[in-house]
Amino acid sequence: MVPVWLILIPLLTGLVSFGLQNAKAVKAWALFSTIISTTLIIAGIYFLNPSSLQFNATWLKLLGSNFSFKLDGMSKMLCLLTAASFLIIFIAINKNEYKNSKSFYALMLLMQAGFMGVFTATDALLFYFFWELALIPAYFLCSMWGGEKRIQVTFKFFVYTFAGSLIMLCGIIYLYFQTPNQTFSLESFYNLHLSNKQQYILFWLFFIAFAIKMPMFPFHTWQPDTYEQSSTGVTMALSGVMAKMGIFAVIRWVVPIFPEAVNHFSNIVIILSIIGIVYASLIAIRQDDIKRLIAYSSIAHISLMCAAIFSQNNTAMQGVLIQMFNHGIVVIGLWIVADAVEQQVGTRKLSELGGLAQKAPALAIFIVVLAFANVALPLASSFIGEFLMLSGLFQYNIIMAAIAGTTIILSSIYTLNMVQKIFYGNTVTLTEKAVDISGNIKIALTILVIIIIVLGVYPQPMFNLVK
Amino acid sequence: MNQLVYLIPLLPLIGFLINGLLRKSLSKSVIAIIGSGVILASFVISLVLFFQVKSSGGQIINYFNLINLDKLVIPFAFQIDQLSSLFLLIITGIGFLIHLYSAAYMHEETNEHYGRYFAYLNLFVFSMLLLVMGANYVIMFFGWEGVGLCSYLLIGFWFKNDNYNYAAKKAFIMNRIGDLGFLLAVFWMIAKIGTVNYTDVFAATSNFSSADITAITILLFIGAMGKSAQIPLYTWLPDAMAGPTPVSALIHAATMVTAGIYMITRSNILYSLSEVTQHLVAIVGLATALFAATIAIKQNDIKKVLAYSTVSQLGYMFLGLGVGAYTGAVFHVMTHAFFKALLFLGAGSVIHAMHHEQDMRKMGGLKKYLPITHITFLVGCIAISGIPPFSGFFSKDEILAAAYAKNPIYWGIGVATAALTAFYMFRLYATTFLGNFRGSHEQAHHLHESPSAMTIPLIVLAALSVVGGFFNVPEVLGGHSSLHQFLSPAITSEVVHEASHSTEYMLMGISVAVAVIAIVIAINKFSKKPELQDAQGFAKVLENKWYVDELYDNIIVKPLNSLGSFFKNIIERRGIDGMVNGVGKLVNYSARQLRLLQSGLVGGYILFMVLAIIVLIYVWINDNHILSFFYKYF
Repeated sequence: MVPVWLILIPLLTGLVSFGLQNAKAVKAWALFSTIISTTLIIAGIYFLNPSSLQFNATWLKLLGSNFSFKLDGMSKMLCLLTAASFLIIFIAINKNEYKNSKSFYALMLLMQAGFMGVFTATDALLFYFFWELALIPAYFLCSMWGGEKRIQVTFKFFVYTFAGSLIMLCGIIYLYFQTPNQTFSLESFYNLHLSNKQQYILFWLFFIAFAIKMPMFPFHTWQPDTYEQSSTGVTMALSGVMAKMGIFAVIRWVVPIFPEAVNHFSNIVIILSIIGIVYASLIAIRQDDIKRLIAYSSIAHISLMCAAIFSQNNTAMQGVLIQMFNHGIVVIGLWIVADAVEQQVGTRKLSELGGLAQKAPALAIFIVVLAFANVALPLASSFIGEFLMLSGLFQYNIIMAAIAGTTIILSSIYTLNMVQKIFYGNTVTLTEKAVDISGNIKIALTILVIIIIVLGVYPQPMFNLVK
Repeated sequence: MNQLVYLIPLLPLIGFLINGLLRKSLSKSVIAIIGSGVILASFVISLVLFFQVKSSGGQIINYFNLINLDKLVIPFAFQIDQLSSLFLLIITGIGFLIHLYSAAYMHEETNEHYGRYFAYLNLFVFSMLLLVMGANYVIMFFGWEGVGLCSYLLIGFWFKNDNYNYAAKKAFIMNRIGDLGFLLAVFWMIAKIGTVNYTDVFAATSNFSSADITAITILLFIGAMGKSAQIPLYTWLPDAMAGPTPVSALIHAATMVTAGIYMITRSNILYSLSEVTQHLVAIVGLATALFAATIAIKQNDIKKVLAYSTVSQLGYMFLGLGVGAYTGAVFHVMTHAFFKALLFLGAGSVIHAMHHEQDMRKMGGLKKYLPITHITFLVGCIAISGIPPFSGFFSKDEILAAAYAKNPIYWGIGVATAALTAFYMFRLYATTFLGNFRGSHEQAHHLHESPSAMTIPLIVLAALSVVGGFFNVPEVLGGHSSLHQFLSPAITSEVVHEASHSTEYMLMGISVAVAVIAIVIAINKFSKKPELQDAQGFAKVLENKWYVDELYDNIIVKPLNSLGSFFKNIIERRGIDGMVNGVGKLVNYSARQLRLLQSGLVGGYILFMVLAIIVLIYVWINDNHILSFFYKYF
């Protein structure tokens, strides 16, 4: 029952939130909901009977689709990431004011329910259902709260990802007809014996949908606009969790169902990913807007994960698995800092900032830790992930690993540039009146920093979890 | 004793946490006591450990598995042997002296920044200890990156100054270029033999092809080029002088920059198997030694001279590594740590007295105002110039003798560099301490000797600079090469060269003679008439460091930035996103056209229906053909 509750808790609490009147009550309610979810997933991982991690019920019997969920290693890790991320997001944005906050929090919780469904569903139709379910609240969240251009940007985001999903749906339906007794179960998809030709076509139907979601070069152009225009709380959820949906889905659906195609197209995908790493990093170097900088940095990091998956190597795959978690934690931290800066100073332009470290020393310490986690410095969790991914990629192809490895150089250029422009130097008019971050942000960032360092020194719990 | 090994790095880490977290509530004296105390404690443990290793040999201590996958196990383990225990002594010993010195030097800072300074310095020592104690390349890399981080934080310590911030960033990024080489070498090992533990890698050299070994050693050497400031990755080190002077002494002279030498010495078994890499290391080292020395001749900033001197001396050490004189290189690391830390701290004392003036042209005649600094600085200058019996003579001689055995041209360039070294050091000495004071009245009025917390480290380091060479007196001079014997279990690939005593005497005689001549010329030239004008002609090229920074800017930084802008403004906006938007517009457009089909005429609809059914049936029958059609074109 655990996976069902993981979906139901945010779903029900989300629906209730629509009815709450008081903004404070909504915040407390949402926080309460994520605390329960986090506790539940931790209990599910460490204490509960493994049999409670599965659920099966008849759903659309006529179609051969079942209401079936399962928490395996990767799902556990991603559900933990989802619950913990939302908890941290809600702590971090606790002091922010949103117009119509009950709808904001309600939609956030519904989106969380969608994520949980995606990560646990073991039925293709159900998976698709949650895949879209997560998108709908995301659409409203992006279009109702955020920057000036949010409507047109969100429209592109929605149409783009939705178009991808539809292609995938075609693929799902085709596979459905291939199964011996017409079912959508993941198990039966795994057991299909598809010809190479079939795999080669179906591969792209699925992969494009996931590549858009990650997003991967050259399907990424919706992402910087959306991350920039959305309200930062939403951006945190999109890049911390939703981006992992694409990676997750490739590992869960594409790799095992189309092994031949993965083998066949691995070169193309890895080359595109590596182009993505260098391309996005170089653009990040030239960004003046903090949020767009983090957005491109995120593309570069996700691209490395994608390349690592297709190197089809156990070391790299372990790296990807733990990196999904690590990247989520680090990128949420970066967004919290970006939001804190914007709230304090009223701008996200690096060229208009400077000297904030003198006014907000605590924030400066956090950003330094997060910056070095973002460049995958050892002792930060992201080092372990990038080390394993690059090491695996190296075994696939030395040159590709060397080019992908330039991420450690390029990321330090744009990340340190950002830190310097915001925090160092002399204060400017805008930063003159800034004050340090409030308690809730300190708590959120402290949790993140502790996770980053603990998993950087002792990553074994994460390896055990995804085993 | 084994149980206490973990305390050596742990104590500085605790110091870092206490000073870092409580810096606002602790008084400066408490901060300084904690900061220096933890290093002293580590030093004492290291000392005990050193004698234990000396009597009963080294060992490996496993703590836990950092990474434990099916095919790859990377333990968190320390290797305490002859080589690492020697480095432990250098790091904690000199580290302690510099902490002590800093307590006085940084006293003007506010509590918060004072605490921050000591926290960073402690974190640095922790990382450096990790680097030398690790029992495999990954733990070494942890330390390797940790010291890079601390270097970044300390170069940019005064973060209000944007030039300092640029210097810090430059140091980190250039180091990262080297780090990529290091990482790729580690990946290579993992790919070939699935382990990164020193003992396993060195035992499995037969599983590597010779190409593997050459590639791995070159990639590791690229890492060393970054960390130890060798051509072409050296330009960050002179800029790193933006940090507080004790930091320059500790990180950018005595310890961190020697990490590359440690790493190659540690891997001596691999390096000795690749002739190609050895030549490369020797040539890069020699080129760096000479090149940096030419720049040092025309610098006017007291710290810049010392910085280029450090680059040059590091080049010497790589020359030693390249010709197989691993012990000689380590020996030079040790003596260089003594006298270069001394010189930097002495320069710090001068800068302190001059109220942050670093331009030598505004100094002069400081001899009578700063007696202790003057004497100790002079000792440092003699030591680095290689005048017997000071320490620099012995270590430099050992490298030069090995270079001669390998190739007399190496030796010739080495001696020329030694002459340049003596020349620029005594140019520095004469311009600063001799002649008349050229600063303002204000400065003259305030000139004073530094407090004892600063002079005691100077005296200790001066003493070490004098006697440091006696640890490894060669047999030709009646010694026992004690360091050789001590290190021999860790350095098994030392190249032993045989030369007659008369040859050795001759080599020593020549190198000492040219150094003495250079010193005499420099003192004569600069004590009365220091160079105060701006340089002209070729001297200007040297003063501007051969314009290498400008070159890098034009061939790397600017093109990369332009490429970034091109991607951002053209490819991204017009190209890829333009295409995506184009698809959207196309859909819009076709929708408008398709609307015309919805004419409302029943006949038209029926026509479409029939057509659609025919297409469907066609698809139904020929799905294999269609599939292969797609297959062909996608």
